[in-house]
Amino acid sequence: MKNLLKLFSITIIIIASNSYTFAAEKVEYLKTDWSFKGLFGKFDRASLQRGYQVYTEVCASCHSMKYLSYRNLAEQGGPEFSEAQAKAIAASFEVTDGPNSDGEMFTRPGKLSDKFVMPYDNVKAAQAANGGAYPPDMSVLVKARGGGVDYIYSLLQGYEEAPSNVSLDDGVYYNKYMYGNKIRMAAPLSDGLVEYGDGTNATVEQMSKDVTTFLMWSAEPHLEARHQMGFKAIVYLIILTVLVYFSMKKIWSRVESEV
Amino acid sequence: MSDHDYRPKSKVGQWFNDRLPLLTLANHLTDYPTPKNLNYWWTFGGILTFCLITQIVTGLTLAMHYIAHADMAFESVEHIMRDVNYGWLIRYIHANGASMFFLAVYIHIFRSLFYGSYKSPREIIWILGIIIYLLMMAAAFMGYVLPWGQMSFWGATVITNLFSAIPLVGEGIVTWLWGGYSVDNPTLTRFFTLHYLIPFLILGLVVLHIWALHVPGNNNPVGIDIKKPSKDTVPFHPYIVIKDGFALLMFMIVFAFFVFYAPNILGHADNYIEANPMVTPAHIVPEWYLLPFYAILRSVPDKLLGVVAMLSAILILAVLPWLDTSKIRSAVFRPLYKQFYWILVADVLILGYVGAMPAEGLYLLIARVATAYYFLHFLVILPVLGFKEKTLPMPLSITEPVLGGSPNLAAARNKESKIE
Repeated sequence: MKNLLKLFSITIIIIASNSYTFAAEKVEYLKTDWSFKGLFGKFDRASLQRGYQVYTEVCASCHSMKYLSYRNLAEQGGPEFSEAQAKAIAASFEVTDGPNSDGEMFTRPGKLSDKFVMPYDNVKAAQAANGGAYPPDMSVLVKARGGGVDYIYSLLQGYEEAPSNVSLDDGVYYNKYMYGNKIRMAAPLSDGLVEYGDGTNATVEQMSKDVTTFLMWSAEPHLEARHQMGFKAIVYLIILTVLVYFSMKKIWSRVESEV
Repeated sequence: MSDHDYRPKSKVGQWFNDRLPLLTLANHLTDYPTPKNLNYWWTFGGILTFCLITQIVTGLTLAMHYIAHADMAFESVEHIMRDVNYGWLIRYIHANGASMFFLAVYIHIFRSLFYGSYKSPREIIWILGIIIYLLMMAAAFMGYVLPWGQMSFWGATVITNLFSAIPLVGEGIVTWLWGGYSVDNPTLTRFFTLHYLIPFLILGLVVLHIWALHVPGNNNPVGIDIKKPSKDTVPFHPYIVIKDGFALLMFMIVFAFFVFYAPNILGHADNYIEANPMVTPAHIVPEWYLLPFYAILRSVPDKLLGVVAMLSAILILAVLPWLDTSKIRSAVFRPLYKQFYWILVADVLILGYVGAMPAEGLYLLIARVATAYYFLHFLVILPVLGFKEKTLPMPLSITEPVLGGSPNLAAARNKESKIE
């Protein structure tokens, strides 16, 4: 057993020595209590729905979400809009389809099976509309940034007056959490920017939390299923390990040897 | 070994076994006499077999949904994560499985270093192991390229560019490897092909590795040969099977923790950004298991010599059985070697750490010292130690220290006398 302890400690050392990705960022991110962290972490359904509202009313004008479909909004473990709601959301978007039998492209209302409509036709169009900067696709954005949800949450609230020694070009803003502190996106949120249907007060902090929760789900749509299965799997493994341990002791008791 | 006396009981079994002695093989594997004093560090062979099979099974499943095309690879991985039933589970097992595989193989290798398992008559087992390790690194590197994220693309660019260090033909070789003038679709498709092939080569080598092991039998913590099989060994089944099974379950708990609760902690965030040849990431770092070698590569100022140093760091292991001049296998009886062994472990961990850091200032200095020490250990310390070291007295047999050291000695004796 002593050796096993050693083994575990070596495992930990290796993991610790590997946490460079996080050690590299020395900025202290803003903290909030995420409901989806921990062994039984689940999304806050209402927050996801509000987050979708913030995304679609604010972010979606520049940021695409190309790996999501409208059907995802009604799926288990997500915002869980009712199917009727999700259909209505999809139908509120114009989708280009075709070609039809005349060889023409046409537009029609969106369906559940459609991917989220893109704000721009292509990357060049997006850059042209945003002063040369490409607003990144948001589908897996949370996983594509070192600090994850804490980073996004902080960034949305990190806009400040630039210190006197920092000069900013036109269309560049100061953000204390951004890598290099310079960002091409103007502060996207302001108090009361959206009107929440459930009466929640739409402060910048609240909206940041909601939209970040939504982005976590969009990056990991099966997070809840993963946590649930993980708990069952690990409990199962622990019970089996204990049973096998006693079987092993019993079997090895036949020989004069330690195990 | 008792194989020769084995004869299947049933007539059908005998008929079959005379034509293809599979039953003899099965009998050999069950009865295989294993030193009874093996500790838990010896369970990693079985764990590694599990890792290999897990990677092959999950990999085959992923390959059914993955599209090896520069324009579609990233999207197909997201398709697996979102729309394939349990695709997220399969992919996370495969991605973390690679890390678990390397964790296990490093423990396995360092176990061998501590107990001198590479020494006569086990040199071939050891060399086969080094070849497996090299193939593992190739497979892992190519596998990391497949999702076609930023680290995939730039990692592939950095590593393939190493070949350009070869004088005269270097540039030509790189173009040939890429299938073009930069890392692009032809590179991705050939990496996918090779990534699919290598695990089966590894599987074949593992069979040879185990075959070669079953000729002299296992080394053991005291590092002396088996004197009396009846006293010193236990049959592989059930004793080692259940012990390996127990250790494997412990390992699987750690594995499951990563898969279910921290599936991305061992990866790099940049790999969730689709590959973009126009944007270079701030720091290009390989996966954690390649970091020590990456540190060695970067610690040498000259490109060609850096590549030579990195390759030598691995290949030097292949000649280890002849560099280590000591006749005593186990570090338990080599007080000096034991200390140098732990310094080497620390040295490799330090190399891994600085490999993840930018190659500048203090980090670079540490990397250089650690690299120099790494080679010093194998080229100077080990050969000299064999002549200079005063080793401790060896036990007469495997059973002796086992009984002497057992706090349950009286109980065990009692039990035995009762059975008799």
